[in-house]
Amino acid sequence: MKGFKIIVLAKQVPDTRNVGKDAMKANGTVNRAALPAVFNPEDLKALEQALRVKDNHPGSTVTILTMGPGRAAEIIREGLYRGADDGILITDRKFAGSDTLATSYAISLAIKKMAPYDIIFGGRQAIDGDTAQVGPQAAEKIGIPQITYCEEVISISKKNVRIKRRLERGVETVESPLPVLVTVHGSAPDCRSRNGKLLMKYKHAETVTEMQDNTDDYLALHDTRPYLNIQEWTVDDLNADEAWLGLSGSPTKVKKVTNVVFTAKESKVMGDKDEEIEELIKELLENHTIG
Amino acid sequence: MNNIFVYCEIEEGAVVDVSLELLTKGRKLADELKCELEAVVIGNEIKDIEKVIFPYGVDTLFLAQEDRLYPYLTLPHASIMTKLIKEEKPQIALFGATSIGRDIAPRIASALKCGLTADCTSLEIGEHVDKKQKQDYQNLLYQIRPAFGGNIIATIINPETRPQMATVREGVMKKEIFAPNYAGKVRKLEFSKYVDETDFVVKIIERHIEKKKIDIKHSHIIVSGGYGVGSKENFAMLFELADVLGGEVGGSRAAVDAGYIPHERQVGQTGITVRPHLYIACGISGAVQHRAGMEESAMIISINKDPNAPINNIADYAIIGDVGEVIPKMIKYYKKNAK
Repeated sequence: MKGFKIIVLAKQVPDTRNVGKDAMKANGTVNRAALPAVFNPEDLKALEQALRVKDNHPGSTVTILTMGPGRAAEIIREGLYRGADDGILITDRKFAGSDTLATSYAISLAIKKMAPYDIIFGGRQAIDGDTAQVGPQAAEKIGIPQITYCEEVISISKKNVRIKRRLERGVETVESPLPVLVTVHGSAPDCRSRNGKLLMKYKHAETVTEMQDNTDDYLALHDTRPYLNIQEWTVDDLNADEAWLGLSGSPTKVKKVTNVVFTAKESKVMGDKDEEIEELIKELLENHTIG
Repeated sequence: MNNIFVYCEIEEGAVVDVSLELLTKGRKLADELKCELEAVVIGNEIKDIEKVIFPYGVDTLFLAQEDRLYPYLTLPHASIMTKLIKEEKPQIALFGATSIGRDIAPRIASALKCGLTADCTSLEIGEHVDKKQKQDYQNLLYQIRPAFGGNIIATIINPETRPQMATVREGVMKKEIFAPNYAGKVRKLEFSKYVDETDFVVKIIERHIEKKKIDIKHSHIIVSGGYGVGSKENFAMLFELADVLGGEVGGSRAAVDAGYIPHERQVGQTGITVRPHLYIACGISGAVQHRAGMEESAMIISINKDPNAPINNIADYAIIGDVGEVIPKMIKYYKKNAK
């Protein structure tokens, strides 16, 4: 048995978990520059699930697929340091303004281009949007089943995969034929750390764009070590219909954004004296707030 | 045609709360838009299900009943919904932002090439003027949701595609009977017309659904504590107050992180969203993430030593004082004055 061909969907996201004071601009928009860019946490967990399948089935390969600006190649390197075999970055200005529908269209074209494959893992959702939509939407566009909220891959064979799912009020074990798209829940195990040897091996892995921008010349290195080339695909490589990309391919529009600020309303400030507390309790009893 | 669809989730023979909340909201939206409210129930046969659904003001109940349709499976449910939406052309389709709703809605939106907004906390009807295209849109669904880790509130619209699809978080909308004897009609869907055998490729091997033990969400009164409560022992006072008032105890993330109370009681962005009649915030400063989970409470009382705590700005009553002194007084005077 020669193992499985595994794709991991990953996204580089601004770290919304630790938002500081300067994260929001005065006009209420997000100051992305003030937030560090990270490997989306649940996508890292998806990578771990993929690596576990690879551990148990020698000959398997793990390819990271991400979409974003040029710097998103950082998370492909991060994945390589942890055990992924290669990565593909889909990047093009024409993707700008994509909502989940347009994003899933582009991702689904890339996945189709990567065929044949056995299983696709991705995080349940990304912390910058929390929508949990791109996975199921991509599965629908490719025409394969989806298994959401995976906590553990119980078993996998060339025929099918058994997965334990985490639901809000319980767990479920399901079995699906391959290929299937699996989204991984936050309760799944954390991803392994970087491996020192892999870090050395892939330190200079770069996309063509990065190589052009880089002052150091690793071109010769890339010729002798082809695994250092991170593939970059644009709209042309995907044969995409541009009408379904970017703003024109995105049915949802943001009408308004409000920075969350405290809206002061009439509030009664009072002390903690006995009379005051008793007065309040009486009032609450009177208007049936408490019974 | 052009009505409002609500996908109703079934768990162990009953319609789940979030679906009933959506029917309540759907009725109001339907009145505003002068259209009808339609519910879709997909599952095994449930006796008298219409008697549960119609009182929420449902005009038509679409029923797809077959043993294999329960428990929920993505492909057959999505297939039925997609085909039914194509036939009926609703202008709005609503789903719970639950394990099931967030699994099925994107699948349908993708098949229909429609816009979908996840995890809405509020829905309104409004207009939109597109100055560039010189287009004026009336009666759009404003889909309002926290975004970017809860740091912003975004209003999303789908001007062009129909239906306008949204998932809505559990507990953020009220559940209210519209008319006990409301007369709706049932339309049974012929299973074989909507589902293909190939939709059953994924099989459920095992399933364990736990009954929720602690029920903060449905409590009318919540006594909630933050880091300022100070210790696990001090939380006992909160439990006592909740007990005499007939409420439940919740906590902020800081209190959970400090180990004062378990995660299942956490109120806020990453916890439970609540809208009780009365929310008593004890030693809670009022971070954005916490506020997102409780600001819809009908009445908020804050107890905080710090007069400048942000929670005081949204509180109806801000008691400036020590939690350890105020709570015993509240218990005392409640017992004295309650009949």
